Amino acid sequence: MYTSLTEKLTDWSIALYLWGFRIIVILIVIVGTALTLMGGKYNSQQWIDFVVFGIAQGSIYALIALGYTMVYGILRMINFAHGEIFMSGAFSAYFVASALEQSGFLDQNPIVALALVMLVAMAASSGIALLVERVAYRPLRQAPRLVPLISAIGASFFLQYTFRGLFGPGVYAYPVVEPLQGEWTFFGINILKAQVVVTIAAVLMMLGLYTIVMRTKIGKAMRAVSEDKATAALMGINVDRVIVVTFALGAAMAGVAGVLYALVFRQVNFFMGFVPGIKAFTSAVLGGIGNIPGAMLGGLFLGIFESLGPALFLESLGIVAPYQLKDAIAFTMLVLVLIFRPSGILGERLTVKKA
Amino acid sequence: MSELRQLPLWQSVKIGLLGGAVALYLCLIGMIEVFGRSDIIERVISLGQVLLLLSGLGAGYLAARRVGEPTDALTILSNGVVAGGITGGLLTGLVIIGSMVNLRAVFINASPALYTALTLGAGPNGAWIPLVGGAALGLLAALFYLLPPRVRQPLMNGLLGVLLAGLFAGLLRVILAARPGWSAELGRFLFASEGLTLAGASLFFILAGGLTLLWSQSQATVRERITRLPEAQRKTLRWTMLGLAVILILILPQVSGAFIAQVIVLVGIFALMGLGLNITLGMAGLFDLGFVAFFAISAYTVGLLTSTGEHGIAQWSWWAAAPVGVLLAMIAGAFFGLPVLGIRGDYLAIATLGFGEIVRLLVGSDFLRPWLGGSFGILAIPKPWIGNLELAGPQQIYYLAVFGAMLVAFVAVRLRDSRLGRAWMAIREDEDVAEALGVNLVQTKLLAYMLGGAFAGLGGAIFAALVGSIFPHSMNLLVSVNVVALLIVGGMGSIPGVIVGALALIGLPELFREFAEYRYLLYGVALIVMMLAKPEGLWPSAAIRRELHTEEINEVETNPDSSGAVPAS
Repeated sequence: MYTSLTEKLTDWSIALYLWGFRIIVILIVIVGTALTLMGGKYNSQQWIDFVVFGIAQGSIYALIALGYTMVYGILRMINFAHGEIFMSGAFSAYFVASALEQSGFLDQNPIVALALVMLVAMAASSGIALLVERVAYRPLRQAPRLVPLISAIGASFFLQYTFRGLFGPGVYAYPVVEPLQGEWTFFGINILKAQVVVTIAAVLMMLGLYTIVMRTKIGKAMRAVSEDKATAALMGINVDRVIVVTFALGAAMAGVAGVLYALVFRQVNFFMGFVPGIKAFTSAVLGGIGNIPGAMLGGLFLGIFESLGPALFLESLGIVAPYQLKDAIAFTMLVLVLIFRPSGILGERLTVKKA
Repeated sequence: MSELRQLPLWQSVKIGLLGGAVALYLCLIGMIEVFGRSDIIERVISLGQVLLLLSGLGAGYLAARRVGEPTDALTILSNGVVAGGITGGLLTGLVIIGSMVNLRAVFINASPALYTALTLGAGPNGAWIPLVGGAALGLLAALFYLLPPRVRQPLMNGLLGVLLAGLFAGLLRVILAARPGWSAELGRFLFASEGLTLAGASLFFILAGGLTLLWSQSQATVRERITRLPEAQRKTLRWTMLGLAVILILILPQVSGAFIAQVIVLVGIFALMGLGLNITLGMAGLFDLGFVAFFAISAYTVGLLTSTGEHGIAQWSWWAAAPVGVLLAMIAGAFFGLPVLGIRGDYLAIATLGFGEIVRLLVGSDFLRPWLGGSFGILAIPKPWIGNLELAGPQQIYYLAVFGAMLVAFVAVRLRDSRLGRAWMAIREDEDVAEALGVNLVQTKLLAYMLGGAFAGLGGAIFAALVGSIFPHSMNLLVSVNVVALLIVGGMGSIPGVIVGALALIGLPELFREFAEYRYLLYGVALIVMMLAKPEGLWPSAAIRRELHTEEINEVETNPDSSGAVPAS
């Protein structure tokens, strides 16, 4: 094939630019890390705190990411409103939790109460997700790809501002769960109780979901639909029902994530879904979208990276207040993954056709 | 239960429940109360009450229409009553529950004032009022449905005219009152301090209804007469219309006052950005959700170069700084565009969203504060001067914005019809085919990003001049979403569509401050409804209309509601 000199030149300069991009990011991470480790500003307990916080936060991202990944796996669409579904779970759980706190039930039976709160969050999130799917996504299933994405953005705004209208723009403080206050000591390392509980709960939920997808009949149907909708329908699978179940399951995970998020950060607000939503999407892409273990891995990786990043490699480069750039780290990572490895860590399914 | 479902009444019950859900939703998100403060007709009816009436009337009308023609009037009327009654009944339920339980602990808008408004001032004892009122409205709507269309249309338009006039009453009154004499007299006659006077309302009703009647009778003859005109005269007619429009545009800010001028400047800025995104998204099909980045880069460049405050570095004039800002935005377009060249579709949207957020986080961070002012922003940006004339306020900057928008619209039209524009559209339709046909993907896509960025940059530069100070929090995702929404509502790929979209989505919310709180809620609804009902937008480009409607042929089978679609030939 004939290519002109200018075309070759543009190709080279683009390659150069992309490589420069990679090298700069890698240099920032390496130089910053080296400088920090030599400087020795933080002791090992602080590093462990960062990592544990990162794991707790990452497992929440992973839970939300499951919803993105499952819906993408089946419908090949980004459920932009998923962050808001997470928010709605946390919000509705807030009212139950504060009612339980006022009646004293939360302090007497914290485990039952928390389970109840999580159930409510799961139910609320699933209900809202099904409503959104019915109204905003299902009629558009045959439409060009941009159309459902725009509809999803609309749904996201609608949900955010509905919650703002219903419950006000203020920040609600989540009730304190007494048994989750304080720290546990494992092998001489102090770890916040709440973060341990959050991580364990998240891992349990993920294992449960993984079992559903891999071992049950409906899980098998989900995998079949994600492989090929038309063939699955020919095999007697009710595709609509599978899609509904997928939305409900993903939303239930997001609802639990909402409660866990509120246990760690202790507040809810109508806008709380946006940033975790984007980060969970990053996690899903990072792990390879459509891939359930990948979403879990991506979430943990992103959580730890984001929690360590500012102290590990930004501060020593002379950046003032590096924690303000925490979100920028996540967004940069998202862009980098999308550019350099859109198939993610575990993903090989994302061919050009599907992307 | 299955027998129940087959009853014709069941449909009406469903419609009533739906109407009631909408009415409850409107109550609980506070719209009824907030809109209750602005009167349409002074001391007669407020916007909030209009919304409530509409939910009852709408339920009744839909129920009547669903029953349809072949049945007798009694069935239609009873269905209307049932639907309206159920809609009102749900509100009755709200009042009863609200008087027993403190709903306000959860729903902040479930206030006593709401119950008073729902029961027309009677309080909990009047809980029956919404139920009976709803049934009456349903009956009214069904009666209205039974009217022949010849009567229905003028009545409907008359009421619509009153509603619109009432919404704009505040603005129109200020404009009329600005000039003493007959104009101020007219203003006092038509408009009260809040909403319309009764006399004004009747006048608008008769005017709008009468015009509809007149138009429906003479529409055909007028059309025919215009087509029968000789070519030369038709040309003069068109030029006169154009001339009138230009004169109107030129004198508008002086007549309307600073507030409306400011709104129009904002509309102009967003139309500029919309035209920019129209290139990237509408023509080339590259979904850029980080459009605010270019806006921010240019606004900050202009701010830094011109500011006389502490962060200013050059104190240039706006005219020198704006091209630099636009150029930098264009370079940024290439810079952001290069890495995402290979990414398609919704992935691209998220990646660009990431870019926009990174730019916002960076300009607001303490890290760059010594240069960019952090969260305190850049202050003291001087206004542009033309010779000895300072473009001091919105009434002067108006001309800048309108001129900029016209320039950009001209460039956009020329680009669309150029070789480059056709290459963009080819990429939008199918990248692989376009490449096979010899379109240089890299170059073409980059140019789309760069030109889109440049247009957004011009918007940012004018924004800096308008506001006189820039803050990182005005560079948020909502700007990008605004631009995307106006493009989609207006019609993707169509230049008049962008202007219609900007007027509807930027102009209207700015004009009605009551709406401001619900602006993004309404955006969300508008985006979903547009995608469901009219994905090509209000004023679509011909190509997109054809494209979307051929696809609907398949869709009609699964979704009978979209049967309004006209398959392309």
